[in-house]
Amino acid sequence: MPAAITNKRNLELIGFALIALLILVVLPLALDIFRLNLVGKYLTYAFVAVGLVLCWGHTGILSLGQGVFFGLGGYCMAMFLKLEASSPANTKIQSTPGIPDFMDWNQITELPFFWVPFKSFPFTLIAVIAVPAFFAFVLSAAMFKRRVGGVYFAIITQALAAVMTILIIGQQGYTGGINGITDLRTLLGWDIRTDGAKYILYFVCCLCLLGTMFLARFVLTSKLGRILVAVRDKEDRVRFSGYDVANFKIFIFCLASAIAAIGGAMFTLQVGFMSPSFVGIVPSIEMVIFCAVGGRHSLVGAVVGTLLVNWGKTLFSESFPELWLFAMGGLFIAVVLAFPRGLAGLVTDQMIPFISKLMSRSRAASEQANAQPAPAE
Amino acid sequence: MFGGFTLEELGSIFAMQAFSGLILFSVFLLMALGLAIIFGQMGVINMAHGEFMILGAYMTYLTSNVFEQYVPLLFSAYFFVAMAIAFVVSGALGLAVEWLLIRRLYARPLDTLLATWGLSLIMQQAFRSIFGAREVGVQLPNWMMGSLPVTDTIDVQINGLFVMGLTLVITGIVALLLFRSRWGLQVRAVVTNRTMSGAVGIDTRRVDRLTFGLGCGIAGVAGSAFTMIGSTGPTAGQLYIVDTFLVVVFGGAQSLLGTIASALTISQSQSTLEFFLSGSMAKVLTLLIVIGLLMLRPQGLFVLKVRR
Repeated sequence: MPAAITNKRNLELIGFALIALLILVVLPLALDIFRLNLVGKYLTYAFVAVGLVLCWGHTGILSLGQGVFFGLGGYCMAMFLKLEASSPANTKIQSTPGIPDFMDWNQITELPFFWVPFKSFPFTLIAVIAVPAFFAFVLSAAMFKRRVGGVYFAIITQALAAVMTILIIGQQGYTGGINGITDLRTLLGWDIRTDGAKYILYFVCCLCLLGTMFLARFVLTSKLGRILVAVRDKEDRVRFSGYDVANFKIFIFCLASAIAAIGGAMFTLQVGFMSPSFVGIVPSIEMVIFCAVGGRHSLVGAVVGTLLVNWGKTLFSESFPELWLFAMGGLFIAVVLAFPRGLAGLVTDQMIPFISKLMSRSRAASEQANAQPAPAE
Repeated sequence: MFGGFTLEELGSIFAMQAFSGLILFSVFLLMALGLAIIFGQMGVINMAHGEFMILGAYMTYLTSNVFEQYVPLLFSAYFFVAMAIAFVVSGALGLAVEWLLIRRLYARPLDTLLATWGLSLIMQQAFRSIFGAREVGVQLPNWMMGSLPVTDTIDVQINGLFVMGLTLVITGIVALLLFRSRWGLQVRAVVTNRTMSGAVGIDTRRVDRLTFGLGCGIAGVAGSAFTMIGSTGPTAGQLYIVDTFLVVVFGGAQSLLGTIASALTISQSQSTLEFFLSGSMAKVLTLLIVIGLLMLRPQGLFVLKVRR
């Protein structure tokens, strides 16, 4: 029995089952729709954290620009919803009906060319994944083929997050500026603002998250996953063994970005708007922190970390807004200094050995009792 | 985009923009100097560097208030006292942070990034609790205000000139320290080969601590200079941190000359483009150009030849 629990693979599956139970059964029963919607929002960040487990925890690529991909996915979805919400009938008071309201306010009279394809839902679904993945491919190919890595990659992705925010805010007529794309109403004629729709979207989000976690686990347990870990630990040796390291890194970075983008699209659907405040440097680093708190090597840990940190943030900032930044800052420092493997590391390094020690001790005791019958005879 | 300007007007536009670019260059350089010696020597990414700068700015603000209230006669000289205080306070905090936090993380550069980001959050909130969320500005002494007319169409601000002079002096001091002092020799040895420096008897930990303290102290002075050209708020440091990092990375992390060259390139292109495009587009274009150039020269403009 102890072996069954302490076996790493079984442990992970138990974790998956517990997470599924928590988000699919316990939370929907325990929370009202407002709180559940909040949890749904947190879960969309968990997509990013899962992506970070892949590219940071297992491959050693720290990206400080995951918010960019989250945002790209979210914006793709938001553009579709916005076009649907601004049908000529809905926008007939504008000087040019049929285009989104913020374009009308910015004296743009024609739908920009890159908005036009987003009238089609299948195109949008593909774009949600393809646009960020393509972007990630261009970036990572340019970087990793030139062997730019580690700290330099982190700083450059951070600069890109800054560029992206400035661009979105600056190009108000095309992007909605600092307010983002707001007032989203329906998805293919289905009102997404009702409570029923929110419940359904929550469950869709959960299922997508569980699906992504299984996909990520599949990648990590495959042979590819082992090469990725080798790249993280000793990149040069993998290169000398004849692997093209850059290709592996590009692949995993694109995968992580695509996963982050799915999160962004689910975010837009559940929260009902998308704005540059989820794209920039601060949200990107916060997402790294969620992952670090939960455990950068563990998929389950990353999801739990995201839920806990966000829940703490909501709780804290409701009652003590001043203390929140102190608490958050202290948390980062504590995580990095005291338990770099995060909560998941605490479980696997401290709790499991403790449990198995207890179990083996009790088994030893019972074996001893069996082996030596009472000497009274 | 050049339409509507005469050649003469264009000339003065470029001169004015080049001058404001030089002021930007001075602030970039002052911030990047501290960051470059920390990042170049220790490999530590100090995300709280902007907050050390803001600490210096707040120190200047406090000093100016104290001088205004208690010794108004000496007000015209308060700035020099303020710089010294900013240097000492930021440097001392830097030493403390190194001792408490950074020295435990030398083997994990990406983790220093997270830990110092946490530190920067704490510092921001501390500023907000102590000084309030609103931006504060300092009163400049009379001799620093006004501008000098160079030609009919070109003026230069005196405070800008002062900031540039200050930058020259501090860069000179850092260069002297690095290339003429015993400590500088040790720093350069540690950068080139940390293990071997330790083996020949250099106390690498002590060198690291001094470097970190000095870097943070210079950030404090940068903040002090910053108060003369802009106002200071709790989150102002974050606005500059990305630019500063790019300056350092673009210049080549271990090269003083590279830092100067890249600060000049970035600030000049930013301020020249700013005139013809909107400010935000100028920034986007500048950052993209730098990222593009980094792909061509991943190690930065000036590479230190090191055998690893």
